[in-house]
Amino acid sequence: MSEDAPTPGEESGSTSPQIGIDEWVKRSGERIAGPGGVFGGAVRVAGRTPRILLLAVFIGFACVLPLLTSNGYVIGVDADTLLYVLLAIGLNVAVGWAGLLDLGYIVYYGFGAYLYAELSSAHYNLHWPTWQSVPVVVAFTVLLGFVLALPSRRLRGDYLAIVTLFFLQMFNNFTTNGYTLDWFGAPTESGLTGGPTGINNVDPFRVFGHALTNSPTDYVWAAAAGITVVAILFTFVNRSRTGRAWRALREDPLAAEAMGIPVKWLMLLAVAVGAGVAGYAGAVNGAYYQGVFPDTFMFPLLITIYAMVILGGAGSLGGVIFGAVTVNVLLEVLRTPAHARWIFYAALLIGLLAKLRPWRVLAAVLGGLVAFGVAANQIAGAISAKAVAGPIAVGPTAYTKHGFFATLVRHWMILPGGTYTNADYKPGNYAFVATIALVLALTLVKGWKRWALLVPTLWLAAFAWETDLVNQAPTVRPLFLGVILIVLMVMRPAGLFGQSRVEVV
Amino acid sequence: MSTVLAFDFYNWHFFFAELINGLTTGSLYALIALGYTMVYGVLKLLNFAHGDVYMIGAFIGYFVLNAMGWPLKPIMPLVPLLLVAFAAAMLGCAALGVTIERFAYRPLRNAPRIAPLISALGVSFFLQQTAVLLWQANPRSYATYSFHNAELYHPVGWSNFRFSYIQLLIILSTVVLMLALSFFVWKTRTGKAMRAVSVDPEAASMMGIDVDRVIMVTFLLGSALAGAAGVMTGIAFQTIGPYMGFGAGLKAFTAAVVGGIGNIGGAVLGGLLIGVAETFIVGYVTSGFSDLVLYSVLVLFMLFRSTGIRGVAVIQKV
Repeated sequence: MSEDAPTPGEESGSTSPQIGIDEWVKRSGERIAGPGGVFGGAVRVAGRTPRILLLAVFIGFACVLPLLTSNGYVIGVDADTLLYVLLAIGLNVAVGWAGLLDLGYIVYYGFGAYLYAELSSAHYNLHWPTWQSVPVVVAFTVLLGFVLALPSRRLRGDYLAIVTLFFLQMFNNFTTNGYTLDWFGAPTESGLTGGPTGINNVDPFRVFGHALTNSPTDYVWAAAAGITVVAILFTFVNRSRTGRAWRALREDPLAAEAMGIPVKWLMLLAVAVGAGVAGYAGAVNGAYYQGVFPDTFMFPLLITIYAMVILGGAGSLGGVIFGAVTVNVLLEVLRTPAHARWIFYAALLIGLLAKLRPWRVLAAVLGGLVAFGVAANQIAGAISAKAVAGPIAVGPTAYTKHGFFATLVRHWMILPGGTYTNADYKPGNYAFVATIALVLALTLVKGWKRWALLVPTLWLAAFAWETDLVNQAPTVRPLFLGVILIVLMVMRPAGLFGQSRVEVV
Repeated sequence: MSTVLAFDFYNWHFFFAELINGLTTGSLYALIALGYTMVYGVLKLLNFAHGDVYMIGAFIGYFVLNAMGWPLKPIMPLVPLLLVAFAAAMLGCAALGVTIERFAYRPLRNAPRIAPLISALGVSFFLQQTAVLLWQANPRSYATYSFHNAELYHPVGWSNFRFSYIQLLIILSTVVLMLALSFFVWKTRTGKAMRAVSVDPEAASMMGIDVDRVIMVTFLLGSALAGAAGVMTGIAFQTIGPYMGFGAGLKAFTAAVVGGIGNIGGAVLGGLLIGVAETFIVGYVTSGFSDLVLYSVLVLFMLFRSTGIRGVAVIQKV
């Protein structure tokens, strides 16, 4: 909690407020200097480089990547990442600039995808060409954005959040059960929305007479084109009268209204503009996957995109792009146990290196960690040889006992052999809950107790990881998103690149 | 809509059965809504994670009951058995609620208003995924039906007006818990402090009230009620799962708003109304699009009467 710039009302932990000294004024030097360390340096370098250059480098790298590698998986991740970037940029307008907590954002993405699928597929046999269907999709999504933003005229804050969340639930209910509706002469067996299986055989994009295939490379370019247009447009919008008005109403809607800013209209506009971006992203999604499926557009996707926007810093275009890329790449890496393990240990080590000062403490904790693990391993082995006889996981169903790393882990960790008849009572479960309890306890204690507690915490985390989490990628990935949201809000609500704001009470 | 209505609208048997079902579901919503309404009253925070606390409560009840031989070889009679399960779930959820408040919300007291909301979303998602991680995604069954040859499901009542023991149990325990809570809020010192904090936290702290402690008690009580609701859901509807908390939480929060947020009687009224409305929509209008219809009604309600049935419009002072 030491990183973020202090706000006047904030309790500053152990140091009690000194009489006669204003905390805010006292620490102004710290704020001007900005965050220190490697990260702070990177932020300063990025801050000096012209934004347009950074954007060009990012888009250029994303577009060139498919030419550099023939690995289809990497290109697929590239295309997905760009789609997420597009979505995050769109969400940033309502959340980051206008300060509206719009939890119905996924509706626009889903609506765009479904509308494109209805217009350009065999479903209604319409097969509209892309230059007709995409503008229609974007126009109608913007319209939908205006309509669904109407509640913001009467509701603010939490109430607006809950009503927009209703819209998401309604949309999910409609698409999943829409197969019973035979509107506009829809095929009777699949109905309007195709139901749980969605709409298949959606046309790929056709641009200038050239039909894109379903290869991800083409959609990398489709998404990159969208990002370029939107990012440049939004950079100007952000500096314009409208952009300033949005930020004004984010800070204080009442004061903004008193200054003569048309608050209600600007709120509608913010949601609708974001919706348009999401609509285009939806069309790209439909064409890219050649189908739309109701399960895509649900609550977990909403959380993913919020995590992206929040991580980079809501309100900062570059931050949002950074957040989208980081989150999506991390989620992809977590998919494979071997890579996920690498990230896990690397993150622990980097965290220790960055946080533990002076080096004596670092050495003590690392040494303690090794000793603790070896001792635990020896004790468990002495009690029962089976308790340390297990292999390490290297794939969903692949295990190994050989190799340098496996040997290392098997002498440091307790890896029980065999499987559990009742998965509810597997040791990984207890270890996971205990780890969380220890991490929470760590935030409460100070000084040498914290370093002492750190050792068993880290070992237990590694134990939970090795025995259970490493093979549960589908669950660990969303878990990680929830953690990002909580930790960022508690440690640094402004995100990595956002500016800390002063709340005047 | 091409659904053919295959039953008689004037069948009172069906009507009463639906009414009782609706009141049962509504009681559960009401119990969850009490937690929302208290937390909102004191902190002005929409605690998204509350629905997931309810889900955890259902799982605690499941494991405790199973450990005691439920449903086939119970080690003690029904009443103490249920009391132990309720106590365990309520204690577990109370601890969870207090932990969430301490670590995810308290550091954000002075942050911009959007921050605790996002943190709450994160906690909600975290709890849901933790449940998937620990207990897998597929639903579990309390298997109440196997208990003493479905004794709890035996219908009682007169002619067309029939209900089962279990429905009676749930509706009555909701009433009892609500009365206990009302007593606490209106008759005890801590309850008085709670009401003071909900009116003006700053003034309350100047009067010597420990605001943090009051907030902790609020979370403790609300989460305990959610835990009880979780166990009741398991016993009455048998099926529980990691995703059950999200939809129920959403409806319960709306119940709190419908009844007038911050108002205990209102939350119960709102919960019962939403439960009955939902059951009637499924029974009489449409089963596939019930959520769509219900949420449309709720959106209209939020738009035109967001102060709730029993709430009073508050004039914002600057």
